[in-house]
Amino acid sequence: MGDSEYNAFVTETTIEGADDGPLAGKTVAVKDNISTEGVRTTCGSAMLADYVPPYDATVVQRLKEAGATIVGKANMDEFGMGSTTETSAYGPTENPAAPGRVPGGSSGGSAAAVAGGLADLALGTDTGGSIRNPAAFCGVVGIKPTYGLVSRYGLVAYANSLEQVGPLAPTVEEAAALLDVVAGPDDHDATTRQEGADADYAAAADGDVEGMTVGVPTELVEGADEGVRETFEAALDDLRAQGVETVEVSLPSVETAVQAYYVIAMSEASSNLARYDGVRYGVSGGYEGDWNESFAEGREEGFGEEVKRRVLLGTYALSAGYHDKYYAKAQDARAWIQQDFDEAFAEADVLASPTMPVPPFEMGESLDDPLQLYLSDANTVPVNLANLPAISVPAGETDGLPVGMQFVGPAFGEHAIVRAASALE
Amino acid sequence: MTAQTTQARDLAVVIGLEVHVQLETATKLFCGCSTDTADSEPNTHTCPTCLGLPGALPVVNEAAVEAAVKVGKALDADIPEETRFHRKNYYYPDLPKNFQVTQYDEPICQDGSLEVAVADERRTIGIERAHLEEDPGSLKHEGGAIDRAEYTMVDYNRAGMPLMEIVTDPDFRSPTEVRAFLEKLEEVLEYLGVFDAERDGSLRIDANLSVVDAEEVAEDGTIPTDVLADANRTEVKNISSHKGAAKALSYEETRQKNAVRRGRAVEQETRHWDESRGITVSMRSKEEEKDYRYFAEADLPPMRVSGWKEEIAIPELPDARRERFREEYDLSAEEASKLTSTKQVADFYEALTDEFDAGFAASWVVDRLLGELNYRDRSVGSVDRAAFVRLLELVDSDDITVKNAEEVVLRAMLDDGSDPDAVVEAEGLGKTSGDAVEEAVEEAIADNPDAVEDYHDGEGGALNFLVGQVMQSTGGSAEPGAVNELLREKLDS
Repeated sequence: MGDSEYNAFVTETTIEGADDGPLAGKTVAVKDNISTEGVRTTCGSAMLADYVPPYDATVVQRLKEAGATIVGKANMDEFGMGSTTETSAYGPTENPAAPGRVPGGSSGGSAAAVAGGLADLALGTDTGGSIRNPAAFCGVVGIKPTYGLVSRYGLVAYANSLEQVGPLAPTVEEAAALLDVVAGPDDHDATTRQEGADADYAAAADGDVEGMTVGVPTELVEGADEGVRETFEAALDDLRAQGVETVEVSLPSVETAVQAYYVIAMSEASSNLARYDGVRYGVSGGYEGDWNESFAEGREEGFGEEVKRRVLLGTYALSAGYHDKYYAKAQDARAWIQQDFDEAFAEADVLASPTMPVPPFEMGESLDDPLQLYLSDANTVPVNLANLPAISVPAGETDGLPVGMQFVGPAFGEHAIVRAASALE
Repeated sequence: MTAQTTQARDLAVVIGLEVHVQLETATKLFCGCSTDTADSEPNTHTCPTCLGLPGALPVVNEAAVEAAVKVGKALDADIPEETRFHRKNYYYPDLPKNFQVTQYDEPICQDGSLEVAVADERRTIGIERAHLEEDPGSLKHEGGAIDRAEYTMVDYNRAGMPLMEIVTDPDFRSPTEVRAFLEKLEEVLEYLGVFDAERDGSLRIDANLSVVDAEEVAEDGTIPTDVLADANRTEVKNISSHKGAAKALSYEETRQKNAVRRGRAVEQETRHWDESRGITVSMRSKEEEKDYRYFAEADLPPMRVSGWKEEIAIPELPDARRERFREEYDLSAEEASKLTSTKQVADFYEALTDEFDAGFAASWVVDRLLGELNYRDRSVGSVDRAAFVRLLELVDSDDITVKNAEEVVLRAMLDDGSDPDAVVEAEGLGKTSGDAVEEAVEEAIADNPDAVEDYHDGEGGALNFLVGQVMQSTGGSAEPGAVNELLREKLDS
């Protein structure tokens, strides 16, 4: 357990930015899987306890140029693998908005830093919901940008075809303003695009939703807890009162989303995490046997249980004889889900659902049942599979616990989700 | 089958190659690090990307893709609409990420071929595919060979160098053909300007070799696929030159044929070519089927290259240039072939044709210069062009004899870097003028009455003796033909 309040930070630090800029005077928490030159970047793992990057992630460079002060490297589930921030090798983070409950994850430290007032803003990363889930659980705003809008250079990869860096903030406008700073193409990331680069996202937080059509995918509402559904329905009523038209839409393929997501994410993780073999990272030396045995021992020692589980399953899913059964099928499912979203956006400007089907878990509650925990990602992972933008905004409470509402937009449709979310504030 | 029956069998060898070629680009395949690593300290040409640091991402160097397209065009290969990269996952200490970014089922070149001359036969070798990939780092074992080393150090200077892996069909029927192919391939790559043979490790070869019943080989060299599939093959690794390939594969051919003739099975295994001992060594055959768990590299979006094939031009290739030389400069097949053996020689020669008669220049380059260079194990790149041009001028204007030009001046130029005019001056090689020759001839006649008498008696040797006398007194600077003629004239008058 670290020293910081709520154990929100793995490392507290002060990295000063430029003297002026749009974020001058603002403090920012940066998730600990985003590289900071000269400041250790652990990814919540013992494997990287001593890893100090010699370079800044592009988003960190942009924060500095915008005048922000980075105040800490935020705690997270180990390598982003978790949705409660309990798999961190540096101890769990507490939820400032719901004492005794998890802050969500994997960007739990980032959300807690904002909710607990330790930082004005935060950067998180979202592979299958890792920004939106903790935003919902901690009662703050979080945006998962369209894949390709924000540079991943310097983001330590978990599942590189799925993840994006994105903002967390107390309000939609502040989150959008932070997105304005970090968005845009980067020569170091071949997957970034020109589209959406010069947009003024903060300006879209005007609450003007008159005439907007919001689609509600029945599949993403049915499975939610009673209390969460009630809060969600009340938020929809609020929107309708402001001139929004709501329509039911269907995303039939999302029933495969959780399975497809985990197969793809774990497969990519098995490859992305292969470099941590004990030679340059983690504990090494002194092992008997050949280098394969030495690598195995270093990995056994350096990785936590959830990481090992996902690396093993991912390796299995990519193996000869299983590749077609798992990995190839998951890619097919990914394509169908993208198609379903395309069809839904023919009928609606944005889609709305509860961000999480449940309120925040009690600490320790979910650790013994990984499958149940994976299923709670049902509403967030389809968005990553479809490379789309989504935002989570506080929609109210159930039994005193925060409930988040998720708006999903078409590719590079960040304006629309920012506008819709701002109408709920 | 019994040992007796196998002994009588005629066996044929079947070889296929995987050739790794380092492409000449200014920077590495996926980052901006310089590829000019010769004489550099270890780990000085590195950055977060080629070190595989957490969070670093690859970005494709378009120059490498362009080079690959050129190779594809030269190999007459199909270049697809779109090409992409995959990850090849395996653990090895020289691999910074423990996966290699390479190309899998969408390579940049497929179904090409290269025509090779072997003795008098022209053979077409099929190219199954050619793809781009990053080079791993290099390992340095301290305190002995890999199995005895005390520890091993890693140098990442090489990590991320652009490689092209060229995979041939199993079309070779002898190690000689392999050598001819590799020489031709190097030549083509040099012509394209994408390859530097001088660079250490620029060519690395893995070869698959098996033996089959000679009866199975059809007239045109083809072998039924089921016969090929049934034959156990060995993969010979660690070959780094075309000479090495011929040696390694001859060794392996003999080893396999001997095994089969003795009634033993050839084991399917990987063997290591030990250049210093001249043998192949088994790398332990406990070889599980390798599973590289290939999947698409999401950090590099697919590249549309359909338009590139038209847009990217390639220079005239050796075969075309050879034919053009024959026609344009009226050269023999042998001359044209020697003059186009490397781009360097061809360029050197072709520039001479601006100033000199093409046939004259050809005979000087082919018959004299290349011979002298070959003897000194040097390339035409080491020749002072201006000096060579001056030498030809001296010969062309009849200022020195061909014999002196070659045996004295050219050799001094090559050995000491001497200036041709200075050599002529110092050695007194300037052609002796007509008057001086005439004087010497008259002197020889006056001084050798016996020889003159013998000449008139019809003894053939006498004239040669007199020519020798004249040559001696002029220090070899007279033309023997002219002396001969002048002597006859004087003696017969």
